[in-house]
Amino acid sequence: MAQAHPILENSGFNPDKKLKIVGSSPIKHDGLDKVTGRAKFGADMFLPGMLVGKILRSPHAHAIIKSIDISAAEKLPGVKAVICRDDFPEIKAGSADGDMTRNAMAREKALYDGHPVAAVAATSESVAKAALKLIKVEYEVLPHVIDPVEAMQPDAPILHDYLRTKGVKGADKPTNVVERYELGMGDVEAGFKEADVIVEREFDTKPMHQGYIEPQGCVAATTEDGQIELWCSTQAPWVYRDRLSNILKIETAKIRIQQSEMGGGFGGKTGFYPEPIAIQLSRKAKRPVKIALTRNEVFRATGPVSGTKSRIKIGCKKDGTITAAEAELIFQTGPFTGSAFTNAPQAMFTRYALKNVKTVSYEVVSNRPKVNSFRAPCVPQVVFGVEGVIEELARKIGMDPIDFRLKNAATEGYKTIYGDVFGPIGFVETLQAAKKCDHYKSPVPAGQGRGTAAGFWFNRGGETTGTLNIGIDGSVTLILGTTDVAGSRISISMMAAEELGIPVDKVRAVMADTHSLGFNRVTAGSRTTFSTGMVIIDSARKAITELCKRAAGIWGVSPDAVTFEDGFCKPAGANVGSFEPLSIAQIAAKTMATHGAIAGHSEMNVTGAGPGFGLHIVDVAVDKETGRVDIKRYTVVEDAGKAIHRLQVEGQFQGGAVQGIGWALNEEYCYGKDGRMENPSFLDYRMPVASDVPMIDTEIVEVPNPRHPYGLRGVGEVPVVPTMAAIANAIGQCIGVRPQSLPMSPPKILKLIDDHKAKNGG
Amino acid sequence: MAKKYHITTTVNGDEYEYLCEAQQTLLDVLRDELQLAGTKEGCATGDCGACTVTVDGTMVCACLVLAVETDGAKVDTIEGMANGNELHPLQRSFLELNGSQCGICTPGILIAARELLKRNPDPTETEIRYWLAGNLCRCTGYDKIIRSVQAAAKEMRGA
Repeated sequence: MAQAHPILENSGFNPDKKLKIVGSSPIKHDGLDKVTGRAKFGADMFLPGMLVGKILRSPHAHAIIKSIDISAAEKLPGVKAVICRDDFPEIKAGSADGDMTRNAMAREKALYDGHPVAAVAATSESVAKAALKLIKVEYEVLPHVIDPVEAMQPDAPILHDYLRTKGVKGADKPTNVVERYELGMGDVEAGFKEADVIVEREFDTKPMHQGYIEPQGCVAATTEDGQIELWCSTQAPWVYRDRLSNILKIETAKIRIQQSEMGGGFGGKTGFYPEPIAIQLSRKAKRPVKIALTRNEVFRATGPVSGTKSRIKIGCKKDGTITAAEAELIFQTGPFTGSAFTNAPQAMFTRYALKNVKTVSYEVVSNRPKVNSFRAPCVPQVVFGVEGVIEELARKIGMDPIDFRLKNAATEGYKTIYGDVFGPIGFVETLQAAKKCDHYKSPVPAGQGRGTAAGFWFNRGGETTGTLNIGIDGSVTLILGTTDVAGSRISISMMAAEELGIPVDKVRAVMADTHSLGFNRVTAGSRTTFSTGMVIIDSARKAITELCKRAAGIWGVSPDAVTFEDGFCKPAGANVGSFEPLSIAQIAAKTMATHGAIAGHSEMNVTGAGPGFGLHIVDVAVDKETGRVDIKRYTVVEDAGKAIHRLQVEGQFQGGAVQGIGWALNEEYCYGKDGRMENPSFLDYRMPVASDVPMIDTEIVEVPNPRHPYGLRGVGEVPVVPTMAAIANAIGQCIGVRPQSLPMSPPKILKLIDDHKAKNGG
Repeated sequence: MAKKYHITTTVNGDEYEYLCEAQQTLLDVLRDELQLAGTKEGCATGDCGACTVTVDGTMVCACLVLAVETDGAKVDTIEGMANGNELHPLQRSFLELNGSQCGICTPGILIAARELLKRNPDPTETEIRYWLAGNLCRCTGYDKIIRSVQAAAKEMRGA
């Protein structure tokens, strides 16, 4: 077994250390390009001779592709390449790579409205569009299935003949159920017997889209000897490279991916869409090819988040102690597996110190676009239900909902359902901070309802690489592998500056291409500032060791006799001799005379991520005539461990909450009977706009994670986890009945109000 | 070959001449012909505001204007917002208050906010929110955008 990396064993975290830079909010170095229009995103690359690529997509939800005739399109003047399934290597269906190549370009069947079936590269967009119309595809339309529960029925149309349910013994018939996953602990039956109150409810949520404002955009350029250069907007350059290598059968050293600035991803840019198509078009056309997806394509063929059905049952004693919890969960995944649904049973109750839990989860394919990750993948959908039941229980036994959570809050030493034992965590502190905040202490305004909900996310580490270079003037450059989705460059620069004792303005970070560093896992799961921070701090410490060696050489003393403090190498004690401290710049200026450039480099599989917890408080007003819900006041309380860049941490809290507001109130995929998405535009798929939401108040709790040198946890996922539950709980307080179906759109709320009135005698 | 039209437009004070097809939008030519890629395409249907520019002083979505309509017009884009090395107060406040996260919506929002402050130097929070309701942002939750506009407005008023 490989030895753990020293910094992972001992991070050097020191709670008493006075920090100069970490915890402030300097202007991010990449900000200037963003406010001046210079920042280059996926579609902003222009190469000489570049062609326009366009994709032909299936209009059918489910159809056998009998034939594709590209000959007429190829003859159109200005068309330089036309490709379809025949231009991709054959890979066995049902394998991970087989699914990936089939999602990029349909092979035997079109499996959803919008599934790519062919593509064109031409000298102009108008020629490319004209060429698409000349491609003749012969389909045999099959019955389709959209709803996951319908897809589970024995007579449902089957998407893949080869599919058998994983996790079910003796499963021998074709099915749409990919997997049955059971996870539990303790004795649930005994637990429910101990309960004084039991609440059991059913919930459903709809697929929503990550909603990044930048559609996927890429430019592929290839050479005669098989080199591929790909510029693209991605959260995962190395993952893209390795997967492209697998499905296109090209070795990784011949694929160089340069990540662009990324105009939002939120999980939706962890898997590729137009990139393999642009590469194959470029190889055929022998010219660079740009593909920028349209919004319609983004909605129909990328992203969405799993819709769910869930049944959740929790029991508690009169004193508030939860005795047992049970859940049955169904996740819709699109036509291929990959929803990460096992996150849900692992995370849904985790934050409460439960002993008896039983969960059964299913992942189901249907004729919708393949789902992709979204902040805390698959967890917010089911927390929507869990936190509804939690508040209902609290109210039933007459307990304040936050006190109820405090009564059951997990603390250090709790063994989770997924096997990890919690180190120091801040759930209790988060709940206490929520109770103390002005919002919770203020009375609920007349006519409004208040809801709260709690959330959890594991936070992640993983394979990460990075390099720190010291220039001859003592300024520093960082080479980072992970994508900067929301300001990680500045946060990591701040940690490097703190380590080196130099101003953050002397540090500049760039995002590497895939030739420049070793493998980096995807930027996701709130891992980037934590993991890349770890390798850069480690790199800084290596550079400091080298700086001390150089100083020792200059002074003619042993390296052990030199220490580093606040940006200077100093003699370790009075007996070393009398030497003036040397700054990084002074040592760096002598690198030619010493041993050349000073740098630090690090790669590791980062461990020690600290779990994150949040509590949201929301006040809503409901228009009882229209069913419209107004968010009147919103507060996010969350444990960041340590906020490296405070404004950015607040921004994560606020952005996550507003995405959740959209998911709660409006956002959903609507399908017609023909299996086509009915609302693939921002007009009909309505995300929150500025006038829909109030200011989002934030409360940063800091219970340090001692496994990280500065105590940080990660803050990207938790902010969306409790949002829908908190809003539903608030609506429940307002109208007397708690919604159990997302989105809580006006017609649904109006029906709840009317039904509730009828039930209670008008 | 589709018929092309000869267009002369002033963009950020500089005169440009180009040929375009009848169906090409102002957004298409800004980006693909003039390579002024600061103006972004988020939807091409006028719903997201990422391509907000002004044409003869009127705020528009560049994706909803045909390029041929701008013959002889004066177009202003994000690339012309700073005065040389001197940033517009809105650009500075967005930097200082983190009004921009991923940055894809930022050019459109900056142009829209500038047009608001030209017409209303002291907008209320609600007025800012309604004015910017045509500009989608998915990262920030709008809080820091609104605060950035408020801060710039205050500075520009000399308050």
